[in-house]
Amino acid sequence: MSPGVERSGPANERPAREAVIGSEGGGPARRRKGGRRRGGGGDRSMVPEAEFTSYYGRPVVKPAPWEHDIPAYLFSGGLAAGSSLLAAGGDLNDLPALRRTGRLAALGALGFSMAALVHDLGRPARFLNMLRTVKLTSPMSVGTWILSIYGPFASAAAAAEVVGMLPEDRLPRPLRLLRLTGRPTGLMAGLTAPPVAAYTAVLLADTATPSWHEAYRELPFVFVSSALAASGGLGMVSAPKDQAGPARRMAIGGAVVELLAEKQMERSMGITAEPLHEGRAGRLMKAAKVLTAVGAAGALLGGRSRAAAVVSGAALMAGSACTRFGIFEAGQESARDPKYTVVPQRERVDRGEPVRYHG
Amino acid sequence: MIGRNSLFGPVDPAQEAGYEDHPPRKGFFTDTSICIGCKACEVACKEWNDVPDHGFDMLGTSYDNSHSLNADQWRHVAFIEQPRRTGDQEPGLRQPPVDLGMPTVAPNGNEVTLPDGTVGEKPDFRWLMSSDVCKHCTHAACLDVCPTGSLFRTEFGTVVVQDDICNGCGYCVPACPYGVIDRRKGDTDGKAVLNEGVAQKCTLCYDRLKADQTPACAQACPTESIQYGDVEELRERADRRVAQLHEAGIMDARLYGNDPNDGVGGTGAFFLLLDEPEVYGFPPDPVVTTKDLPHMFNRATAAALAMLAGAAISFLGRRG
Repeated sequence: MSPGVERSGPANERPAREAVIGSEGGGPARRRKGGRRRGGGGDRSMVPEAEFTSYYGRPVVKPAPWEHDIPAYLFSGGLAAGSSLLAAGGDLNDLPALRRTGRLAALGALGFSMAALVHDLGRPARFLNMLRTVKLTSPMSVGTWILSIYGPFASAAAAAEVVGMLPEDRLPRPLRLLRLTGRPTGLMAGLTAPPVAAYTAVLLADTATPSWHEAYRELPFVFVSSALAASGGLGMVSAPKDQAGPARRMAIGGAVVELLAEKQMERSMGITAEPLHEGRAGRLMKAAKVLTAVGAAGALLGGRSRAAAVVSGAALMAGSACTRFGIFEAGQESARDPKYTVVPQRERVDRGEPVRYHG
Repeated sequence: MIGRNSLFGPVDPAQEAGYEDHPPRKGFFTDTSICIGCKACEVACKEWNDVPDHGFDMLGTSYDNSHSLNADQWRHVAFIEQPRRTGDQEPGLRQPPVDLGMPTVAPNGNEVTLPDGTVGEKPDFRWLMSSDVCKHCTHAACLDVCPTGSLFRTEFGTVVVQDDICNGCGYCVPACPYGVIDRRKGDTDGKAVLNEGVAQKCTLCYDRLKADQTPACAQACPTESIQYGDVEELRERADRRVAQLHEAGIMDARLYGNDPNDGVGGTGAFFLLLDEPEVYGFPPDPVVTTKDLPHMFNRATAAALAMLAGAAISFLGRRG
């Protein structure tokens, strides 16, 4: 090799890099719209279908690789949180049926949640790696630590409840002491419960999944009210009628707020609200609204009928589950269709308002 | 620790991550105007990084048989066919008529028999080819949301997965505004797959960088469409290149990802494109999701307090 020549050619010269494609003359190139591709779906919309370009209709962002474990956890986590609140209130107000139901349900729902969360990992055996760091920018890390604080309190309260159900004279002395811890641990579980129900909204919203991210303003309110509706419903199903008042009010309040917050959420989401009305997600959201409204009406008008309370409570729980599955599915669908990523961003750019840092 | 621009705005990512003495930020400038679609980058990447090779199907998407960036595809060459020209480029479909003094069948060299039997004019045509890769964002959502700390910022300002830490929670997958990172699936025939269930993406050949080597894809690129170097220098080079193309009449040429004030604080791997970003499968105006995280945190806190208050209020009133 002669001096001044490298593998890629003469030293300091980059002929390939400087190649000017398609430049025989110069002059401005023509701008034409080409390769426009219509997006799929959307027959109920009154507005004309948005025209947008994509690469062979392929998704831009990727849907979360999560199975049904995650929406199931969204429901069970909310149910656990609401149940701990129900239990704490029941304990303070001398309503033992609510206390017992709440504590046991919280433990059951928490156990299911943990199993679902671990099962959904690509490497379940490495679950404990979640605890090797505290990361405030990661809602999943923050959520892990919220569960790590809430979990032991909820479990201890439930353990105290179980011990309390056993005949006292047969119990060894240490276990009798455990019963004394029921109130403090139960109250701590109640205090640490609301973040368990609320953080899951940030978990979904802190993604590039269009229908989750765009919902970030109202989603926490939808999720906590959905949790109250579900756990209030559970209280109605299980508590005798002379103790069910607080559960009923919790259920009705939760259901009404959930319906209102969900409506407001859809209004603020723009085009990304569409997946909430289409396909499987649309059916789930419709079912959620009907079940929640029917459950709330039943709780309100059912008087003190035990049968009405059981049916209404069950409807509210089912409604809450449908809300979680519906929102989960809508987000996944919004990630699969490039329309929901491209159209809002393209509109921003065309308006001359791309997202830019302004000091 | 948490600086003013930690979540959004221009920042030196390595400095931000806590490296006090670090090499200049490294990245790619992918000039798609000179990409010839040879896929040497895809092959070199797979060879060097031991990335599984499967699922190559021709699906009627021009010469694209690798479909997308994902856990098993860290470079992806996109092929777009368009009925238009680049600048004053002669696509080669329209042969100038040469009169040989012979009887001719086609009266005009521009005419062609279309598939439906009618005779029409030969269309304009151009091929866009672009080698896509992880953007190594200044504000990387995948890294922000990773709960285990498996994803980390290197001293070169790049973003890398630690395979032995990742527990496959998959949170980085929906967080990426470009749809780059993915969780590696196991093989359907039950064979063991390297790093199965773990998030995988381009490392900008971290191992090669540490040995002062060029990343495999850039090393293999025969036209230097993929250029590797210091991001600052690459940005200047890209500006010159766009000016050169504009001067030559190729007004479609534009840079993508080079602006430190954009939604992700600028990318370490940025591009020169000849059409709108979405034509290539890029988002037109990507924003790191964690930009809104403080707002989300406030909303969730308000919701949690409302829940506590709502539960308390439920206990006012009758027991039954």
